[in-house]
Amino acid sequence: MAEALKIPTMAEYAAEGKQPEVLFWVGCAGSFDDRAKKITKAFVRILTRAGVDFAVLGTEESCTGDPAKRAGNEFLFQMQAVTNIEVLNGYGITRIVTACPHCFNTLKNEYPGLGGTYQVMHHTKFINELLKEGRLRLEGGKFKGKRITYHDPCYLGRANNIYEAPRELIEKLDAELREMKNCKQRGLCCGAGGAQMFKEPEKGEKDVNMARTEQALETEAGIIAAACPFCNTMLTDGVKGKEKEGQVAVMDIAELIAQAEDL
Amino acid sequence: MQYLPNLLFALILLSGIWFFVRNVGKLRRNIGLGKDRDVSDNRPRRWKNMARIALGQSKMVVRPVAGAMHIIVYLGFIIINVEVLEIIIDGLLGTHRVFAPLGPLYDFLIAAFEILAFLVIVAVVVFWLRRNALRLARFVKPEMKGWPSRDGNMILYIELVLMFLFLSMNAADFRLQQLEVAHYTKAGTFPVSQFLAGLMEGLPVASLILVERTAWWLHILGILFFLNYLYYSKHLHILLAFPNTFFASLNPPGQFRNLEAVTREVRLMTDPSADPYAAPEEGTGPPEKFGASDVTDLSWVQLLAAYTCTECGRCTSECPANQTGKKLSPRKIMMDTRDRLEEVGKNIDANKGTFVEDGKQLLNDYISPEELWACTSCNACVQACPVSIDPLSIIMDMRQYLVMEQSAAPAELNAMMGNIENNGAPWPFNQMDRLNWAKDS
Repeated sequence: MAEALKIPTMAEYAAEGKQPEVLFWVGCAGSFDDRAKKITKAFVRILTRAGVDFAVLGTEESCTGDPAKRAGNEFLFQMQAVTNIEVLNGYGITRIVTACPHCFNTLKNEYPGLGGTYQVMHHTKFINELLKEGRLRLEGGKFKGKRITYHDPCYLGRANNIYEAPRELIEKLDAELREMKNCKQRGLCCGAGGAQMFKEPEKGEKDVNMARTEQALETEAGIIAAACPFCNTMLTDGVKGKEKEGQVAVMDIAELIAQAEDL
Repeated sequence: MQYLPNLLFALILLSGIWFFVRNVGKLRRNIGLGKDRDVSDNRPRRWKNMARIALGQSKMVVRPVAGAMHIIVYLGFIIINVEVLEIIIDGLLGTHRVFAPLGPLYDFLIAAFEILAFLVIVAVVVFWLRRNALRLARFVKPEMKGWPSRDGNMILYIELVLMFLFLSMNAADFRLQQLEVAHYTKAGTFPVSQFLAGLMEGLPVASLILVERTAWWLHILGILFFLNYLYYSKHLHILLAFPNTFFASLNPPGQFRNLEAVTREVRLMTDPSADPYAAPEEGTGPPEKFGASDVTDLSWVQLLAAYTCTECGRCTSECPANQTGKKLSPRKIMMDTRDRLEEVGKNIDANKGTFVEDGKQLLNDYISPEELWACTSCNACVQACPVSIDPLSIIMDMRQYLVMEQSAAPAELNAMMGNIENNGAPWPFNQMDRLNWAKDS
């Protein structure tokens, strides 16, 4: 927290006739949700530490349309997509990184058919590459031996087959990764996907986030690592519902890395 | 008169096959009621998927016990069918064990069939116990009440009976060979049925021949019955798993289809040079409806999947909504789709080839909005399916109908969509405040 964050926008870059190395797609949760904003800032600190030349769209960014599409409103989704693609293509964007698996999935898979083709990366993969390229160094001492469990976001794991990048980062922290009963391909949803985040659940015996939280607590890990702002909210609520917030923290992988490095 | 059995056999065989072909025709017609979908891309990858998932059973073994048992029954089914070939030739020509001249290879084959038959019996008993004694949760869900549950057991009984008939036939044959009865050439080794043959010691030759012939006839009749039972049962997967794994989506599971009809309208709205009064190009007018409210709004790939589903329930047992007691069951989505499609098919049959409006549809009459809205789109069902069925795509198509045709989204979702429309975020925040997080760091 020592240094003030410098967040360049694409508009500023364009005014100077420059092109950033990568566009950081912040997403709605990352921009507005108080918990997710902390993840956004942690990731920005990592980018800054690694000397990544990045920019954001700022006020020119708009919802990718993911929740509208999953709710069945294809019309609204495509309106959002076409508008965003116009902005992205206008700036000549080629590489995008985002900390939200829903934005990641939509940008990577559903925008190309509408005229927006970019190299899209999830932040766990991006951080991993920074480490491999030696642009970021990780001592990891802070979490040495600590037990961490990892929750696979559906839109990162099953939807896009990314299981290892986040796990590799946890291992680089020298932490003890303890898997839940359901993990990787068989990971249990947090309950937020498919626009469930924005509505009350249907009648049932329990809420999905409680079921997942129970699995996470069974691992007796002190930290539940997430890689999605929505999973983070659902699991944080779950941990509170179990009155375990004193013992168990729900943290994004980016926050773990930033904390390990005292960023 | 001498050729009466041969004639009878040929007649039965032909009518069995004719009836089956007729049902396959119906199946094709019903699947063809779905919307067109181009799946001609990337053939090599599609062949590979079929080889790996359907032929190689790669997704069955995710659950090791059921997977191993299933592979036994599957191998048994395929390999023992070589024996059926011999039975058919014998039946038509009046020969007995026509492949016997293969010598040691024949001995090996018969022994292999017998061991497989025995293993199939073991597996079938285990399957029956899982359904009826252990009552595994996925086999006793509400959608399994009645016919689906009876169907599941029926298939096991048929398989059990067929295996017993096969072994009894061999046992009696073995005894007759030992007694050096004419026509019963010495051929084959009988590692399993020799024990059954032990029980037949002391039986006169006439009785042995009666047992052998009865078992032989019932066995082939049973096989023809089973072949024709398939169409009326969940068991079609033994055939349709192959095309279904071939035609299944090759995209990342998170990629949902972009509706082209919507794309055209959106382009028109966002293109300042577009002429809104221009006549639409041929074949590009707006579709009759957005999304799906009945089976004919779905694609033929989805309809094929509905017939392929064998109701194993792996999708439902992995579904987070179902696990937490919601009404949604991905398996029920597939069963409902198939049942409604069958209903539409029967309607067409009854009305000389045209569908007469029956006041019913897939939505509401089979699948309720409550089920559709409980889905988290997590893809667990798609991942779990051993034959690449995608129940999620049907759920999403039906949501599209609810939202775009009926404006029938839950109120909170309407609020969320209103926010996206007005502020570019699912919450009521101003788009101009999107970078405020940077200021308060």
